[in-house]
Amino acid sequence: MDIAINTSQSRYHVNEKGYYGNFGGAYIPEMLYPNVEELRENYLKIMSEPAFQEEFEQLLKDYVGRPSPLYFASRLSEKYNTKIYLKREDLNHTGAHKVNNTIGQILLAKRLGKKRIIAETGAGQHGVATATVCALMGLECIVYMGSIDIQRQAPNVARMKMLGATVVPATSGSQTLKDATNEAIRDWINNPVDTHYIIGSVVGPHPYPDMVARFQSVISEEIKKQLLEKTGKALPDYVIACVGGGSNAAGAFFHFTDDESVQLVAVEAAGKGVHSGFSAATSQLGKPGVIHASKTLLMQTEDGQIVEPHSISAGLDYPGVGPLHAHLYESGRGKFLNATDDEALAAAYELSLLEGIIPALESAHALAKLKDLQLKPDDVTVVCLSGRGDKDLETYIKHLK
Amino acid sequence: MNRIDQLFGNKPKEVLNIYFTAGFPNHGDTLTVLQALQDGGADMAEIGMPFSDPLADGPVIQDSSTRAIKNGMRISVLFEQLKGFREKIHIPVVLMGYINPVLQYGVENFLRSCQEAGVDGLILPDLPMDEYETEYKPLFEKYGQHLIFLVTPETSEARIRKIDSLSRGFVYAVSSSSTTGKDKDMKLQEDYFRKLQDMKLQNPVLVGFGIRDKATFQTACQYSNGAIIGSAFVKAIENSANLQETVQAFVRNIKQ
Repeated sequence: MDIAINTSQSRYHVNEKGYYGNFGGAYIPEMLYPNVEELRENYLKIMSEPAFQEEFEQLLKDYVGRPSPLYFASRLSEKYNTKIYLKREDLNHTGAHKVNNTIGQILLAKRLGKKRIIAETGAGQHGVATATVCALMGLECIVYMGSIDIQRQAPNVARMKMLGATVVPATSGSQTLKDATNEAIRDWINNPVDTHYIIGSVVGPHPYPDMVARFQSVISEEIKKQLLEKTGKALPDYVIACVGGGSNAAGAFFHFTDDESVQLVAVEAAGKGVHSGFSAATSQLGKPGVIHASKTLLMQTEDGQIVEPHSISAGLDYPGVGPLHAHLYESGRGKFLNATDDEALAAAYELSLLEGIIPALESAHALAKLKDLQLKPDDVTVVCLSGRGDKDLETYIKHLK
Repeated sequence: MNRIDQLFGNKPKEVLNIYFTAGFPNHGDTLTVLQALQDGGADMAEIGMPFSDPLADGPVIQDSSTRAIKNGMRISVLFEQLKGFREKIHIPVVLMGYINPVLQYGVENFLRSCQEAGVDGLILPDLPMDEYETEYKPLFEKYGQHLIFLVTPETSEARIRKIDSLSRGFVYAVSSSSTTGKDKDMKLQEDYFRKLQDMKLQNPVLVGFGIRDKATFQTACQYSNGAIIGSAFVKAIENSANLQETVQAFVRNIKQ
């Protein structure tokens, strides 16, 4: 395992100024400059220290349970008459890929001498992953969560509290993920010295998108090795992942971006339909702009106010997308599809019945596009199964007719 | 000559700059507030262009922005409202806002509209210095718009020098590491203010964030050319029954 230190040569990775093509950068107010600058100056240095890598690797192995299996889904493959492998991030501790990043960032925060950790969360998955590593390291943890999401995601709120975190409701604006992110950023402005902000996705000002992508790159690192062992070839024909902010997709794509024979498929949440007014398909509905200090594609009104997205899955319910994905979209390197709420639900039921795996609603969006890709019998497809569905049971039950 | 430069040309002390959100408390209040500020004796006005996600601002200004957006306020509407305002308003006016709505309006279009309306300068806290220098500086100069940058207690001396060299009009000294509307002990910031004073910047300095009444205003003025009041003013007018009277009384309480 390695944390992808020397891979910045790729034109799909971040450049020195923090840009992916036309997207990225750090559109931060001066109050945030010292915090972000401290991180920018140190993140690569710290991540390349052997002692850091050793500790990161050890925790991923013994605490998270990595490497996560690459599972050949035979009945699903049979149904689509092709070869489908599932990258089982759902088997990680805390139930999703999010913990890869929070382990990395908490080790970084400790080396920067930080005493206090803040995070934003939508559905609560990143909040739980952050509360978990804070408990592990004995650091204070404050999680900002939209007050509407707090009501919708009671079990995760309880988990965070049991893990010792303070959950602070974000009552501004639309009271969901984007507002929780605003509140976390404000907290960081007000506590510039002792606090580290663990962003949960490949969004935010440089160096966050790159740092989070590198921590998540363990996903594609493992896929390559495991696929080689299983098939004799390291490169699949397709890698499919869901995209909200895009951290699991960033991790699943990371080591394949330069292998142009590999089709990278990003699946966004279409909600009730891309043009229904209730959607989160940012690449289809967004225009270039600045959200949470990053230039990227975002859903906005004509006069630049950020729009509230919709998806049945809280983890994909974000009006922007990581700048690296905006670049993959604009450059044509990534194929951007979308799945509706109903398609995702159907895919979740299909995987449950065919493979005995209940996926997270987010991951179900990726699975939902298997039917649309016209996969050939010899094609090898890897789906990043980013999380497990326990947290979504209430939604699944509601739709079980 | 730019009105901000004119104002500071006589090296005045105790310059009072007041921030308010366009289209707040009601859609049509922008010019009423502006006129009342001038009549009450404010030296400068800063008009906020409301944004859905104002990162550098606290709850008071965010709430006013949310309400203004609901009232229908947007950049194009603001410029409509500002048409002809220079017939009555002679104090310098700067617009404050976030970069995304400006990008959607088009940077050059925006600067042209500012010039046509009679705006003197801009505060865009999330426009990075490098981006301004490499992409936009000539455009700002072409349309006579001063760009005012922020410095904070955490800003290094070298960076303050750089910010001072790029700023036009004045430098906005954030009084503490905070979002707007946070009450901080002004006395704690004295070292930082003294440092700024001793650096003898080429631009005048106005202190903002945490200034809310006569006492905090005067403390700030001991070390600078004046101060900016935002959240306290927005709060004062949000439920006002007589806007003109409320605004003028607020300004008089600070200035007298």
